[in-house]
Amino acid sequence: MTDTLATPRARPSDWRDYFALMKPRVMSLVVFTAWTGLAAAPAAPNPLLAAAVILAIAVGAGAAGALNMAYDADIDAVMRRTCARPVPAGLVSRDEAATFGLVMSLFSVMTLGLAANALAAGLLAFTIFFYAVVYSMWLKRATPHNIVVGGLAGALPPAIAWAAATGTLGLDPLLLVLIIFMWTPPHFWALALYKAPDYEKAGVPMLPNVKGAKATRTQILIYSAILAPLGVAPAVTGLGGWLYAATSAGAGGVFLLLALRVARSRAGEAGETAADAADLYEVRKGDKAARDLFAFSILYLFLVFAALLAEHGFGLYAATPFGGGA
Amino acid sequence: MNERRDPPPTDEQRARGRRNVAIALTLAAFVLLVFVITLVRLKEQVAVDMMTLPT
Repeated sequence: MTDTLATPRARPSDWRDYFALMKPRVMSLVVFTAWTGLAAAPAAPNPLLAAAVILAIAVGAGAAGALNMAYDADIDAVMRRTCARPVPAGLVSRDEAATFGLVMSLFSVMTLGLAANALAAGLLAFTIFFYAVVYSMWLKRATPHNIVVGGLAGALPPAIAWAAATGTLGLDPLLLVLIIFMWTPPHFWALALYKAPDYEKAGVPMLPNVKGAKATRTQILIYSAILAPLGVAPAVTGLGGWLYAATSAGAGGVFLLLALRVARSRAGEAGETAADAADLYEVRKGDKAARDLFAFSILYLFLVFAALLAEHGFGLYAATPFGGGA
Repeated sequence: MNERRDPPPTDEQRARGRRNVAIALTLAAFVLLVFVITLVRLKEQVAVDMMTLPT
């Protein structure tokens, strides 16, 4: 990759800048969902191997983040939300970020192959490739449905962890993948509704810029209407027990209500002031419904996976009459 | 005797030194991780082999 964004360094870079390249907030979500996938799997690996599996998945996700930042530096430099990232800020060059991402990718896939099995390592390699190449290099700049397809990369960690523990895949890990996959569009489109001008400035074809705010609000509602019952499905297959059933039903209901509020609002229409704000949650009055859904969507995913983790990792599982034992 | 003194390191040189230490520590941690994983997996395999040995 050529270093087209070569800018004088603001200060010498240190390890914190390389850690920031790995998108720590995304990495923490990946660690959490992967841990849940590992705990929910019917086979429990040795605790040391389990820790190595989680570490490998986290580093793999971080490596994909570094490759994304290397490729998207031109876009990141334009957007208020991302202009302080290490590459556009001139702290790490694009070549350094790309090299770091590639090396970390190799380390993570090799470690997972050694600690678990070829299926898990192959899935992790596919996830990194999908995020760095399919999403970052192709979909992101080509279609307003970029995050729908690209969301697969963020959805796979629980299945990778499940495969690491069992050596196979099945309906239950695929349900976990589907939940995150269907959660991703309303989550990002809610944000895009009040940050649309920022994306437009960068030339990223997000749904609100291409199809308009009304179409985006409708799409958010459609995906949320699918997500709410889908979130409860693990309680039907027996993966989730009573705690999971109650949590996913309640949180799914709130998610759907907030999506309905977004659909009825005028969120995303002429949100100039919001785009100027670097803060993720700062909005103008008309966009509050979208901001609320964005904020709750993070809590939703946390609650649903935390319930599953509590049941399988901390012995709180009590089977529902619909599903068998886990 | 003519004593030669190196100029004091610049901020960039100091930062490079710190990065080198970070890379060395990361590599050492990776080697340790591979060693521990290998030990655990060998132990698991030995246990399986012991159970399947003909008596």
